[in-house]
Amino acid sequence: MTLNKPAGKTNALGLTREDYKGGKSTLCPGCGHDSISNQIISVAYEVGLKQENVAKFSGIGCSSKTPAYFLGRSHAFNAIHGRMPSVVTGATLVNCNLTAIGVSGDGDSGSIGLGQFKHLIRRNVPMVYIIENNGVYGLTKGQFSATADEGQVLKYYGRNELPPIDLALEAIVTGATFVARSFSGHSEQVRSLLKAALSHRGTAVIDIISPCVTFNNAPESTKSYDYGKTHEIALHEIELIPEGFVPEREEISIEDYDAGQVISVRMHDGTFIRLKKVGPEHDPRSRAQAIDLLEKAQMEQLFITGLLYYEEPRPTLGQTLDLVDTPLVNLPESRLRPPREVLVKLMQGMM
Amino acid sequence: MSMIDLQADPQVKPLQDGQPNVNDFSFMVATKNGSGSQTSNSVLVRALFRMGIPVNGKNLFPSNIKGLPTWYTIRVSKDGYTARRATTDIAVTMNEMTAAEDIANLPPGGVCILPKEWNWGRSREDIVYYEVPVRDIVKQFDIPSERREQVANMVYVGVIAKLFGISLDLIHQALVDNFNGKEKPVKMNYQVVEAAYHWTAENLTKQDRFFFQPMDRTQGKFLITGNEAAALGALFGGMTVTAWYPITPSTSLVDAIIEHMHIRKDPETGKNTVAVVQAEDEIAAIGIIVGAGWAGARAMTATSGPGISLMAEFTGLAYFAEIPIVVWDVTRMGPSTGLPTRTSQGDILFIYFLGHGDTRQVCLLPGSVEECFEFGWRAFDLADQLQTPVFVLSDLDLGMNNWMSDPFQYPEEPLKRGKVLDKQALEAFIAAKGEWYRYKDYDGDGIGYRTLPGTDHPRAAYFTRGTGHNEKATYSERSDDWTANMARLRRKFETARRMVPRPEVLDNSAAQVGLISYGSNDPAVREVRDMLAAQGIQTAYLRLRALPLTPEVETFVTYYDRVYVIENNFDGQMHQLLRMELAEKSAHLRSLALGDGLPMTAQWIYDQIMQQER
Repeated sequence: MTLNKPAGKTNALGLTREDYKGGKSTLCPGCGHDSISNQIISVAYEVGLKQENVAKFSGIGCSSKTPAYFLGRSHAFNAIHGRMPSVVTGATLVNCNLTAIGVSGDGDSGSIGLGQFKHLIRRNVPMVYIIENNGVYGLTKGQFSATADEGQVLKYYGRNELPPIDLALEAIVTGATFVARSFSGHSEQVRSLLKAALSHRGTAVIDIISPCVTFNNAPESTKSYDYGKTHEIALHEIELIPEGFVPEREEISIEDYDAGQVISVRMHDGTFIRLKKVGPEHDPRSRAQAIDLLEKAQMEQLFITGLLYYEEPRPTLGQTLDLVDTPLVNLPESRLRPPREVLVKLMQGMM
Repeated sequence: MSMIDLQADPQVKPLQDGQPNVNDFSFMVATKNGSGSQTSNSVLVRALFRMGIPVNGKNLFPSNIKGLPTWYTIRVSKDGYTARRATTDIAVTMNEMTAAEDIANLPPGGVCILPKEWNWGRSREDIVYYEVPVRDIVKQFDIPSERREQVANMVYVGVIAKLFGISLDLIHQALVDNFNGKEKPVKMNYQVVEAAYHWTAENLTKQDRFFFQPMDRTQGKFLITGNEAAALGALFGGMTVTAWYPITPSTSLVDAIIEHMHIRKDPETGKNTVAVVQAEDEIAAIGIIVGAGWAGARAMTATSGPGISLMAEFTGLAYFAEIPIVVWDVTRMGPSTGLPTRTSQGDILFIYFLGHGDTRQVCLLPGSVEECFEFGWRAFDLADQLQTPVFVLSDLDLGMNNWMSDPFQYPEEPLKRGKVLDKQALEAFIAAKGEWYRYKDYDGDGIGYRTLPGTDHPRAAYFTRGTGHNEKATYSERSDDWTANMARLRRKFETARRMVPRPEVLDNSAAQVGLISYGSNDPAVREVRDMLAAQGIQTAYLRLRALPLTPEVETFVTYYDRVYVIENNFDGQMHQLLRMELAEKSAHLRSLALGDGLPMTAQWIYDQIMQQER
């Protein structure tokens, strides 16, 4: 098979960054979502992701269109509104070798799909769950979403009188073992978090504030570019250290975690996430701290980004169900239909 | 069958002038829900079955955990009829709330068995009363208080055994079966049966004319519910994922999958090859199987009407994105919560057209437990081959009640996985055709070739979506792409018409009228044909086994001037569907629809047809 490959740098698989692209985006020029798609392409290229093993998923909304714009050699499933989690649950259950990347939005995950979002996390379905969060419904032209700030004013829909739902907080209280928040304008952090999330054996939730340039980009909106650029409080610089690398310092306790210090979190595949503190004190291994931090952030409208919470993942759904190691889709017919004697014996038992 | 010798038992003094009735009557046990009568009823059914007498038991129960009235009817039929009978000859009234009505409903010559301690009195002269000191019989034994109510139901087992003729050995054997050989509960229950039996022998004089007598008509058969049969079918059909949300009357189908899935365990590791996920709702249940089906699994769910409502959006997606899934609808009474523990065939039209826009779904209509097993696996072959959802419409009567069954036929043919291209097949396909497009109709049957995620080939990927798409699976809003796709889906439906199970036609050269029915009505239709024939009305019978309609249906409807469409819903939904699809023949079609929550009876059909044919 010959592939039309433009000349240029190649990764470990011999592919160029170009090979990781998808179709042309049809989102508004300047949309934060396109920037996230670009970071997915970069990360996949950099880590040498095998696209044929990746399955992309989405629900409905602007965010959910984006899987068409990256990783063109991966199967994709654009499901129905708010129900992407159930589709991923089924697909990963029967093919445990798939790397599942899901893209959802704040309407998709925060309103119509809040139940599925939480139950996916509860089951620890192994996937990278990206929320492209802009606080607004774009495709239906500018209604508030459930993550919009209380008191925010939008052109047609007036003032939002209801408190927001923080999806990162929801993820943590539901039992997610990898929860991060980022900003689509902070490409480097998005990339680092994506790399770490890809190494996680369980549901990894990344809530990325991704401005809607058409309906929700007024400077006073906490989901705008201006606001993000001027108010983002990054917790740390994030670096992913590959397996086999000996970190300078093993995991250290919170007492030692002063400004400028480093915390290393060992993931189950041997990779380390190295966090260098640049913002307020926060140990992502503490659930209580993560919840406190997010509640404070919500109260004071703080734009905090970084790895909010990490713990050694619980068993995935497939492990909980004690499934065979072979992906169920690869089982031969002899394992799918018991022999005639089994049926005969069953019926004899009923006679 | 020889009549029994009435002189053999000196206690027998027939009240009626009529002949004794041997193995051709039905009786009913009225209790309170949750009182534990299920064991007693199932022991009676099993014992009768072991006597070789054709038997069918039906549970008519309320939507309630404890306290509301519930009835269990058992019919024995020397001729092998298994449909519900409109009247019961014998009433065991263990529930004071309903006793008056239960007694009033008995036909003359009927029998009422009731607790003596009620001091009920006798409201009728034309029936036989047997009063039994239930409380006193139970009191003789040291039974834990929490078991006393359940065990009290064993009293009527002993009374029935003695009065109508079931040996204590058979009752004991049925108890052993029921408790999987556990000694303690068998003993606790059996001692009460035995005591009741002996009390009856000593204290009651048989005055009725009903008798059980051994036959040889159940040999080689076994008893099973439609739901359990369906579960076994799925396990022999290569199902790897079941996602579900509990709903009566489908729950026992998934319970049976869980009970039997050990037959699919990996022999070396003991790990599972079947994943059962209890979802958060029916939307997630179908979403999980849509994801699994897309990724290459044989995936199913089991639900009932309200669940189907929630599954409508995903069904439209699976239809349009062409994903194989299997959905069992064990139908109950709607609309809305309706009568959740009563049987119905009221979802036919809803499911046939399920999905917004232009959708028509492939439906299988099992008419027996044997067919529940067969469609349990065959539905997956059809779904895989057609790359579309396949619905199996059972109902509460078929699904939850025990039916006699012939041995299930082991599926002989290999699994039919349809047009799936793995790496090598895709390579060869592209080499041969120079291309591969997911939704292109290469074979003229409307069915494209699909690849599965994870296929290690750079051209294997495609984008699955519910939005408009062309044959390359690319987003498209073009009118010509849209209509071409819909035309292909219509071709695929025509392919389905050639592939689905054909109807069963019981023809008769002397037939004057045709009968069309489906599903659990079958026993009543078979019975009414004999009743009508006895009156000189010969019938031909076509039992639908699937939708879309196959050509035999049109031939049948054309041939007979009067075709009665018999179904268990209020609006005559199959009649409507037949009129729509066979519009030119619609004058031949007459609707006989009854939706009252109860299984169809031959008597009702008989009355309706006699009115029109005489």
